[in-house]
Amino acid sequence: MIDAPRPRPLSPHLVSGGPLALHWRWHLTMFTSIAHRASGVALYIGALILAGWAVALASGQEAYDEYRALLTSPLGKVVFFGLTLSVFFHLANGIRHLVWDTGKGLDVKTANATGAAAIAFAIAATLAIWAIAFMTGAV
Amino acid sequence: MSDYRTPLSRARGLGSAKHGASHWIAERLSAVALVPLVLWAVFGAIRLAASDYQTALHWVATPLNAVLLVLLTAIAFWHMHAGLRVIVEDYIHKLSTKSVLLIANLFVCVLAGALATFSILKVALGGAF
Repeated sequence: MIDAPRPRPLSPHLVSGGPLALHWRWHLTMFTSIAHRASGVALYIGALILAGWAVALASGQEAYDEYRALLTSPLGKVVFFGLTLSVFFHLANGIRHLVWDTGKGLDVKTANATGAAAIAFAIAATLAIWAIAFMTGAV
Repeated sequence: MSDYRTPLSRARGLGSAKHGASHWIAERLSAVALVPLVLWAVFGAIRLAASDYQTALHWVATPLNAVLLVLLTAIAFWHMHAGLRVIVEDYIHKLSTKSVLLIANLFVCVLAGALATFSILKVALGGAF
């Protein structure tokens, strides 16, 4: 006699059914994974802004002063704060990825701990850099 | 899995992509190179944010700064191209949209990278003084 088919395993979920069905469970490593890509895209835009800075510098004083005024405007500062956070998160999480590529640190406990460390480093380094920027008169 | 591969296949080191792991290794290698370059650039940015036009020109014209800026530009734009390419390949499945985005990614990275490199060299070689 053949057994009745067992119920198939279900993905962990927050909400089942309806338009808000989320068939995954929020987790730190899930956040660091998508944040790595999001910060990478942010840095892509940041690199284009910095390429514009180099072009402005090579184009003469007038162009440079205009571009610098744009970058140091309140909106420019908000963008640069976001870029600082992105650069340090992508850096720390990138090192985490490089360690994973050697086959180490992939167990859940270590992955959670290094994920939390990457986020903590990004916040601490961003605040430290902006503190230095304030002290040296860069902001 | 490797048991099923012939000794010749293993010696060639080529998988189904037919060009081996060079692309994957290059993305990691560029990541390693960017760690010190980006940390250096962050401190450079703080310095330049507080400087006027002439000071910025002289900072960029220093041989070490000019070379590190060109290396940063080349490696960063290479790494960005590789990273965004993987994102497009993962999320966009419609062939026409995917092709347009992959080509746009390549063109934007090459154009912006070339503009930045030329500008740094122009300043470094005294063309903007």
